[in-house]
Amino acid sequence: MSTAAPASALPSFADATARYEPVIGLETHVELGTVSKMFCGCATAFGAEPNSQVCPVCLGLPGALPVVNEAAVRFAVLIGLALNCDIASWCRFARKNYFYPDMPKNFQISQYDEPLCTNGWLDVEVNGETHRVGITRVHMEEDTGKSLHVGGATGRIHGATHSLVDFNRAGIPLVEIVTEPDIRSPEVARAYVDELRELIRALGVSDVRMEQGSLRCDANVSLRRRPAPGEPDAPFGTRTETKNLNSLRSVERAARYEITRQAALLDDGERIRQETRHFDEGVGRTSPGRSKEEATDYRYFPEPDLAPLAPSAEFIEELRASLPELPAARRARLVTEHGYTPRDLVDLGNAGVLDLVEQTVAAGATPPAARKWWLNELARRAADAEIAPDELAITPADVARITVLIAGGELTDALARKVIDGVLAGEGTPDEVVAGRGLAVVADDGALTAAVDAAIAAAPDIAEKVRGGKINAVGPLVGAVMKAMRGQADAAGVRTLLLERLGAS
Amino acid sequence: MGITRDEVAHLARLSRISVTDHELDALAPQLEAILSAVARVAEVAAADIPPTSHAVPLTNVFRPDVARPSLPAADALAAAPAAQGGRFRVPRILDPDE
Repeated sequence: MSTAAPASALPSFADATARYEPVIGLETHVELGTVSKMFCGCATAFGAEPNSQVCPVCLGLPGALPVVNEAAVRFAVLIGLALNCDIASWCRFARKNYFYPDMPKNFQISQYDEPLCTNGWLDVEVNGETHRVGITRVHMEEDTGKSLHVGGATGRIHGATHSLVDFNRAGIPLVEIVTEPDIRSPEVARAYVDELRELIRALGVSDVRMEQGSLRCDANVSLRRRPAPGEPDAPFGTRTETKNLNSLRSVERAARYEITRQAALLDDGERIRQETRHFDEGVGRTSPGRSKEEATDYRYFPEPDLAPLAPSAEFIEELRASLPELPAARRARLVTEHGYTPRDLVDLGNAGVLDLVEQTVAAGATPPAARKWWLNELARRAADAEIAPDELAITPADVARITVLIAGGELTDALARKVIDGVLAGEGTPDEVVAGRGLAVVADDGALTAAVDAAIAAAPDIAEKVRGGKINAVGPLVGAVMKAMRGQADAAGVRTLLLERLGAS
Repeated sequence: MGITRDEVAHLARLSRISVTDHELDALAPQLEAILSAVARVAEVAAADIPPTSHAVPLTNVFRPDVARPSLPAADALAAAPAAQGGRFRVPRILDPDE
């Protein structure tokens, strides 16, 4: 075991990074959204009964032979192309041998020295600054089974008395995306994973749900002394690999913790042990995992049961031509076409309403109105109902129509919220709700004037104050009129009308 | 020089097979003899013969992405030495000192 530095002895992050430069590389596993597994026809649905999606191939029964899923190869090539990689014209699968019960064959079919995609990059933006992260490789492999460790503390393998294995996940197609050690801060590490997730979601090749494990990240972190001015960069330090980070926040927190932990060890003149580590989200710390076997211990060799992959130039170019608009290009377009700021796009993306806003603008709303209603009122309604905004029972076309009615003076914001109530309650389109609930702004000056006069007559003392020049005293009168009109008047208009009648405008 | 006694011990550890000193003494020369026999292929594999990993000269052997019925879970578990809650039950994976 390496020395576990007590938390109190750790330097602050700012202190650690003032003296040491973090060097971070990420390995990201993405489950591809195929219907069937990588090498057999078993279904890939998440959450099925344990061991109900298994067959002789993914259970590694004697004599079973794997056959490559064509869609998985297409998806992997799409990811490689979107990451600006070179696609191999010929490559093979390899056996990665290890004895561990999550792979019943005692080897995992992976790729080793002949990955499908190499030498790409992804641009990541943090605080307006662009960081180019090199992509070393994207290779294909199969996922492993899922183990429950029983008898130890907190379900960890250490101290467990036995384990229970579900092979439904074994054989689901995965790509592993490996970066160069180009990342220099936990923030950029997090932003890279975020951008990668958006990219893969845009390609439609995975649901990239980190909480369900369909995107998982391992962080390689090392430190090196910051060079004095004019000095060359120091060589990379010894790295640790923190495994299975399953949220963006964990990627950032685990990297931050490793940086302070390693800085404390280096300060004490100790060496960093190259090892696999585990991140405990509860306490925000990493601890040593099982000892890392050397790459040669996996005894990789070409998979004799599978023929090589040889993607033709036509196949690759066809896929390149089919690439959808990628997130970076889309953001640039939304800034130019709709006038959104990069900050708006971050907010809309975080709220999960970017697609909806774009569709709402396409349906006739102005970009600011579409942004305002989705980001505030509708995002809140979705949060209250504990659903995603796109699961709300209101369409972008409905929202666009509501914004048009507001712009035309037929609805106030307050009335629009009631229209939204009606649409969400299944009362029909916005126009049907307006008609059904009688929600249109009352523009009939007769009714409004009568309500104004009644309010003035009912509160002569307030009316006198306003006549005497205390304009702000008019508030209660506005409230009384709005109440009499059951909210179906424009409050600013009511105020103007009151002040006119009282000769104070 | 082929495989050493230490290498056999290392492979046994990776494979989680417990091997006694006596067995190591016996196994190492036997594996050495097998590897030497296989190594004779190098005598005929000249530089102009590319290494191959597959017996037939095919590439791009694919199946369409279509789900097919799986084994019933009971059948999948039928041959397991132990099962619990629909899962394969396996002995402790790590020794307490690992």
